[in-house]
Amino acid sequence: MKDYGMVIVGAGEAGARAAVELRTQGWTGAITMIGNERWHPYERPPLSKHQLYEAGEPAPTTILGSDRLNEHNIGLLTSDAAVRINRQAHNVELVSGIQVPYERLLLATGANPRKLSVQGNAAEEMLYLRTFADAIRIREQLQPGKRVAVIGGGFIGLEVAASAVTKGCEVTLVEVAPRILMRGVPEQIAVMVEERHRAAGVKFKIGVMIESVDKEVSGEYVISLADGTTVNCDVIITGIGAIPEMTLAVTSELEVDNGVKVSELLVTSDPDIFAAGDCCSFPHPLYGGKRIRLEAWRNAQDQGTHVAGNMLGAAVPYSALPWFWSDQYDQTLQVAGLSETTDTTVERDLGEAGKLFFHVATDGRLVSVSGMGPSGGIAKEFRLAEMLIEKQVRPELAALSDPSRRLKELLRA
Amino acid sequence: MSSGQWIEACEVDDIEVEDVIRFDHEDRTFAIYRTEKGDFFASDGYCTHEKFHLSNGLVMGNVIECPKHNGRFDIATGQAKRAPVCVDLKTYPVKIEADKVYIQI
Ligand SMILES: Cc1cc2nc3c(=O)[nH]c(=O)nc-3n(C[C@H](O)[C@H](O)[C@H](O)COP(=O)(O)OP(=O)(O)OC[C@H]3O[C@@H](n4cnc5c(N)ncnc54)[C@H](O)[C@@H]3O)c2cc1C
Ligand code: FES
Repeated sequence: MKDYGMVIVGAGEAGARAAVELRTQGWTGAITMIGNERWHPYERPPLSKHQLYEAGEPAPTTILGSDRLNEHNIGLLTSDAAVRINRQAHNVELVSGIQVPYERLLLATGANPRKLSVQGNAAEEMLYLRTFADAIRIREQLQPGKRVAVIGGGFIGLEVAASAVTKGCEVTLVEVAPRILMRGVPEQIAVMVEERHRAAGVKFKIGVMIESVDKEVSGEYVISLADGTTVNCDVIITGIGAIPEMTLAVTSELEVDNGVKVSELLVTSDPDIFAAGDCCSFPHPLYGGKRIRLEAWRNAQDQGTHVAGNMLGAAVPYSALPWFWSDQYDQTLQVAGLSETTDTTVERDLGEAGKLFFHVATDGRLVSVSGMGPSGGIAKEFRLAEMLIEKQVRPELAALSDPSRRLKELLRA
Repeated sequence: MSSGQWIEACEVDDIEVEDVIRFDHEDRTFAIYRTEKGDFFASDGYCTHEKFHLSNGLVMGNVIECPKHNGRFDIATGQAKRAPVCVDLKTYPVKIEADKVYIQI
């Protein structure tokens, strides 16, 4: 029985945190992580930020190096993928042919970039960003003076645009939606972000469909847009969202619903199989049990840590507040909680330090906050706002909009 | 290493109750804390996880939370309290004289 250890498929953010936490919480049996990339678990957020433009030899920001793997006696198989779960026999089959028996299994397989389906002979040549290997490929292209087209005005597209322009590229960002950052970010912040990018020299094509992507004999790419204009460029980087990696769940007939479907305990429809991070959808207790899936660093980390306890039998619901941050130039942007279009938005102007926008639901509860400002500027107020959401307060709107009223006081009220 | 030297960091009233400020001295950066109970503490100014200013973090009781990834430290002892931080923070002795805060570095 000793051989039936804890097995984690996916050696990323969530998987790495879970592995360490299993040990920390006292599991003495085997812990095996299976990762299909060649590196030790590493952080993805730097991939679109400084790792694209900083001088010097880039290296992944390791989460779990050999030292810590040894210290915690965690086994890591790299460059090998799980291809099948045998739920009856309680084992996972790998590409290499190895079968790893499990007592409890964690799926932490993350997500893959959504591919843009478009006409034209160069549709397959667009670059996407998810892994360190992708980042290296893109980094090589970002040479000063190069014309770079970024398709997609979400976080990754915008961060890539900022990195490319910092590197001295000529950048055009194409967004099909009526504005950038349509998902989960209030228009006020989207406007501030766009202004900052324009000031840095990024050009925008917004609210226009892409008809085709072609490569000329000269090697130049031509993106033809529905308004009759074209974007001519040397490289195209596409960031239009991600699709949860749930192949294993599907083939082993676990329930899926916009990701591997888990309960608030992060357990799948098989009581011995759990899921965490970008690959899973879960009901959120702070939002009436609404099923959500996040693609966010802190969530991957928190769920990884949390699920370890439940794999060992704790049965504690996961309820951490959704939180996301993005760094672009000297600015940081943060979003916490979930908002609906029916929410009332209240602005809190912190002057030089930035701006916060509170989103209050129709029942008066503070449900979400978003903010933007110079790195560090909004941090304290933002953190307090998160705590207010967690406490489910119904604040007086006037207090939220008045920066002289301390948020700490609202928290104590 | 001129250890044991006391330097004036700030006035008592420069720091709000239950808050932290940044103090730069020569090429070093420190964080000076004032707790709700009125105690003062000092530590290195940067988080031990990534080089991020703790002075932008939130003080709650005797805990400072790093704004970058919400790692936490005990401000009195420097002990790392919550992932992702795992390396303790270096702390420094503090004394108050005539409403001025001094730290020993
Ligand atoms: C470029 C980029 C920038 C980002 N920036 C931010 C940011 O600024 N702020 C923020 O909050 N979030 C950011 N994120 C999101 C954050 O990095 C993710 O939410 C987080 O990495 C998710 O962790 P995870 O463990 O669920 O998945 P991942 O970190 O993707 O790890 C999953 C791993 O599993 C592997 N895998 C998949 N299937 C198998 C299989 N069958 N067998 C073996 N291995 C398998 C994958 O290859 C991968 O290595 C960013 C993401 C990217 C890509
Ligand atoms: S930099 Fe402080 S927790 Fe990461």
